[in-house]
Amino acid sequence: MSNITSYLYLVASVCFILSLRGLASPTSARRGNFLGMIGMTVAVGTTMVSQKVLSYDLIIAGLVLGAGIGVIIARSIAMTALPQLVAAFHSLVGLAAVMVAAAAFYNPEAFDIGPIGFIKTGALIEMGLGTAIGSLTFTGSIVAFLKLQGILSGKPLRFPGQHMMNALLLLSILIILGVFAAYQTTAAFWAIVFLSFALGFLLILPIGGADMPVIVSMLNSYSGWAACGIGFTLHNPLLIVTGALVGASGAILSYIMCKGMNRSIINVILGGFGSQTSSSVAGADEEERPVKAGSAEDAAFLMQNADSVIIVPGYGMAVAQAQHALKEMVSVLKEKGVRVRFAIHPVAGRMPGHMNVLLAEANIPYEDVLELDEINNDFSSTDVAFVIGANDVTNPAAKTDPESPIYGMPILDVMESKTVLFVKRSMSPGYAGVQNELFFKDNTMMLFGDAKKMCESIVKSIN
Amino acid sequence: MDFSIILTIFILAIFVGYYVVWSVTPALHSPLMAVTNAISSVIVVGALIAAGASHSPLAKWFGFCGVVLAGINIFGGFVVTQRMLSMFKKKK
Repeated sequence: MSNITSYLYLVASVCFILSLRGLASPTSARRGNFLGMIGMTVAVGTTMVSQKVLSYDLIIAGLVLGAGIGVIIARSIAMTALPQLVAAFHSLVGLAAVMVAAAAFYNPEAFDIGPIGFIKTGALIEMGLGTAIGSLTFTGSIVAFLKLQGILSGKPLRFPGQHMMNALLLLSILIILGVFAAYQTTAAFWAIVFLSFALGFLLILPIGGADMPVIVSMLNSYSGWAACGIGFTLHNPLLIVTGALVGASGAILSYIMCKGMNRSIINVILGGFGSQTSSSVAGADEEERPVKAGSAEDAAFLMQNADSVIIVPGYGMAVAQAQHALKEMVSVLKEKGVRVRFAIHPVAGRMPGHMNVLLAEANIPYEDVLELDEINNDFSSTDVAFVIGANDVTNPAAKTDPESPIYGMPILDVMESKTVLFVKRSMSPGYAGVQNELFFKDNTMMLFGDAKKMCESIVKSIN
Repeated sequence: MDFSIILTIFILAIFVGYYVVWSVTPALHSPLMAVTNAISSVIVVGALIAAGASHSPLAKWFGFCGVVLAGINIFGGFVVTQRMLSMFKKKK
């Protein structure tokens, strides 16, 4: 690598670091994204003019094709479909890493890692690891995409001996990796690819829909480590730095998501909630317990006479596409002088920050949207908590019932407010399969119906 | 380049990533995922070298596929991040 190339790669690395740094606040975030684009332009431009690139026909064709597809997809996607888009993008990074590794394996001289058949052992191990991580990111993300898109059922899919099989797969990948490093055969390379494809597929298949925030973050992390593996193989610091940034980012997001559910990453991957649905679920007799059901008019009356309202949105809001109707409701309430704020649980929705983006899309100012720690103490001084499409994250059993599968999970203390309004389609329990005691409390009113229609009816009643 | 130097870069970069990412506001975690997605496609540099090299036609086509895939991600990732960020508005 010539000197000037190395320096320009350094510039690109710094741009990427500053790009993430910009996301510390919404005011600097756009500048951050712009720096990311500059960094990428520098990286691509530098590589194109380096003496390693001899012909441009395939490069130009590839870039034009990729840019066209990318821009069209990114522009046309609905914001509610964001989690599956991100999952799909992760799968592409994984596959791209495999492609680069394959290219390096078949033409090592172009990357200065030795002649064919005589690649250095260290480079082979790094290449094999990068390939394995890239491959399992590819298929794992495809499964995540299919689940988020609703093509595959969001329910956990389990079969006996699953963990055993995954362990065996992992073991065989590691053994073949050793064979690959020792003999560098083509067969070993592709065996790593296809066994890792299988592992990625089987690892994500048993994981349920509501655990997807963790999985999407984890795959985000993997795509970074795959880039690192390729960077090690090619001795390219730019790839290593960027891969490490992305890897760390995804790992931190996974950690935050796990903490939001009080579970360990191992517990999520090995399957937690889904496997215990038969125990500690609401018994049949509980279905008969009386709840107080209200109408849109009741809700409208309660809220417009309140001093302050806190809205707790969840995945159900995204499913019903209710964010714009909700914004409408917030606007009329504010005209009546009601203080309206939003409380976001870390695992609300299907990816980290999912709710924030949907509320921003509906033009709700970000100052009104608060995190769990920022707003949780305010519920006790709030007149109405309006829960729309959320359930488990408000369940007091997380605090009171050590037997409950969600025990220890941080929750939004909606029960502290004077009145709790629950917008829900039916009495069915949430993802964790746990009955929510809150439904039966005296100060709780259930608003049965579609989230979007309910908001629209409430707006009508207020006007 | 010596392995120890590369390992040093790697470990230090993880630390940089660790501290930078913890400073990201939770409200922007979705744009964070989208932008990290875009920048992790910097592996496109490997694909560019492969697609532009001589000798192995097979490696060239692997490189081409890599360029297309990473290209989708780079452009798609940055554009969708831009779209998300443009929606985060201050109170009027």
